[in-house]
Amino acid sequence: MSIFLDESSKIIVQGLTGSEGTKHAGRMLASGSQIVGGVNPRKAGTTVEIEGHTLPIFGSVADAMNATGATVSVIFVPPAFAKDAVLEAIDAAIPLAIVITEGIPIHDSAEFWAHASAKGNITQIIGPNCPGIISPGKSNAGIIPASITEAGPIGLVSKSGTLTYQMMFELRDLGFSTAIGIGGDPIIGTTHIDALEAFEADPETKAIVMIGEIGGDAEERAAAYIQEHVTKPVVAYVAGFTAPEGKTMGHAGAIVSDGAGTAQGKKEALEAAGVRVGKTPSETASLLREIYATLENA
Amino acid sequence: MSSVDLFEYQARDLFESYGVPVLAGITADTPEEARAAAIKLGGIVVVKAQVKVGGRGKAGGVKVAKSPDEAFEAAEAILGLDIKGHVVKRVMVAAGARIAQEFYFSVLLDRSNRSFLSMASVEGGMEIEILAVEKPEALARVEVDPIAGIDHDKALDIARQAGFPDELLEKIAPVIGRLWAVFKEEDATLVEVNPLVLTETGEIIALDGKVTLDENAGFRHDNHHALEDAGDVDPLEAKAKANDLNYVKLDGQVGIIGNGAGLVMSTLDVVSYAGEKHGGVRPANFLDIGGGASAEVMAAGLDVILGDPQVKSVFVNVFGGITSCDAVANGIVGALAKLGDAATKPLVVRLDGNNVVEGRQILEDAAHPLVTVVDTMDEAADKAAELANA
Repeated sequence: MSIFLDESSKIIVQGLTGSEGTKHAGRMLASGSQIVGGVNPRKAGTTVEIEGHTLPIFGSVADAMNATGATVSVIFVPPAFAKDAVLEAIDAAIPLAIVITEGIPIHDSAEFWAHASAKGNITQIIGPNCPGIISPGKSNAGIIPASITEAGPIGLVSKSGTLTYQMMFELRDLGFSTAIGIGGDPIIGTTHIDALEAFEADPETKAIVMIGEIGGDAEERAAAYIQEHVTKPVVAYVAGFTAPEGKTMGHAGAIVSDGAGTAQGKKEALEAAGVRVGKTPSETASLLREIYATLENA
Repeated sequence: MSSVDLFEYQARDLFESYGVPVLAGITADTPEEARAAAIKLGGIVVVKAQVKVGGRGKAGGVKVAKSPDEAFEAAEAILGLDIKGHVVKRVMVAAGARIAQEFYFSVLLDRSNRSFLSMASVEGGMEIEILAVEKPEALARVEVDPIAGIDHDKALDIARQAGFPDELLEKIAPVIGRLWAVFKEEDATLVEVNPLVLTETGEIIALDGKVTLDENAGFRHDNHHALEDAGDVDPLEAKAKANDLNYVKLDGQVGIIGNGAGLVMSTLDVVSYAGEKHGGVRPANFLDIGGGASAEVMAAGLDVILGDPQVKSVFVNVFGGITSCDAVANGIVGALAKLGDAATKPLVVRLDGNNVVEGRQILEDAAHPLVTVVDTMDEAADKAAELANA
């Protein structure tokens, strides 16, 4: 098992014919992902050759799903066109849409999230501005390097892409059931809590690493969720203790977030929920290792 | 998400272009200009410091002037004032108004609910953080659907929930609708009016506004670039921006370059901890060269950091995910070759991930006397802090 993505996942790429889409589709194929096609209305009916695979290009997500039974779309469409690409994926009711694109205007993300919610969240969205998700040895949807590590008992959920890689690298001897980068934008689809819930239910996942960073209150909410619902051990890392105070959102913003958002506040909330929090990525990995050793001896 | 906060006069102009009622206002950078503005406006004026920080009234940054000479004096007193670290370089001379009542209105991004939120109160004039704590019942919070937005009925609903009297509803609702248009059409993450006033002659006016724009939406707003505050940007930050680098200047001695915002933030933390053992040295900057950084980008980043006279050592921390470590190593070698004798600061480099063996080999072969390659992030941070304290 793994969460959200496994060997049966059939993946299409929106933006496959662009340079990023082509490059990363090649990497995904090389790591064993089942990519079944791409979407580009202007090139519908053609094919592209990537990594020795001949991939059909469809005019829409719905066409691609009908023809291939695709269950996952990975979206590499540039920011100006990303909203329409995500709306199309939602309207086609694809089960999972992973939005890699960085720099999408927040009004656009707010709109596609509202649209997905209005449709009953049939389409699970990961991202935007995220590295995607990998279930090592099974499938890889996004840009996480498959070479870092292999399948194993750890579940990882992170706001940051490179910290995802760093943590996978630190714990490469143990391996991961699934690692998921949920993205650092103010509005994202899949949250820490969604991933925690899935890891809790996944028999292959024995322990969980959660990586957060300053801003918003997602980590504080995750802490409350862990206290109530998660029985598996969780360790956490929060980046940004010494980060410069960003531009303030004005006074109204401070009221909405209720003062949440600092690294210290997040660390305290997590510790109050019984989560051990590392000061550095390496210390966090050591904490996980310690806990995992006691699980194995139990 | 990066964002741009507007000055009050910029918000005022933006409001006016959307038909939000505002008072006449003219900016002035000198007392003479303030006097001329007062003459042009006539009558009683208010001279207001243009700074992107709250509490300017208490700090002496807002003065009423009954004559052009008083406006001159007011501007003379306000210009150059330091308000919480923001030096006043410009004032706005605004027409006076006879205020009957003060209200509050805002619409903003609500990230916890992945939606937008409108807040309104008939108890304006008070600092809104204080109102939210002391009289939360007086502050209506109404969710705004990002697709449906605020139409006339929704605006009436917000005004009713805020407790506006019936006779004002039809006057307030169109103003709320236009403020929503500013928020939506300009890709704002915050539009706040405090106070929104009712004048003695029965007009609704946005007396002071705060607007924050989403930089990610800059591609569809040609006007936004001009609203950025170029004058306040640190020269190194300007240079970094010209090279599309995400750089923030800090006060410390250890220059930082990394890839990915999370890893760079983490690097700042690790260097701060390491600095505790080395004379309290701290990070000199935040610099993210991005996920797919090339040799050229690395060279541009190094150039910015080595240009910071406060920097005593540099820590290059790269995890090669999409970026390959050989490209990063080539960038370092190339940048040092280009800089020649101008490069005088020690570099500590930690590379891991994609093509790490090739990357380390390139650095070893180059054998530059300033470069130390260290295996782990923690050890590298320690070494960089030690060198910065030497």
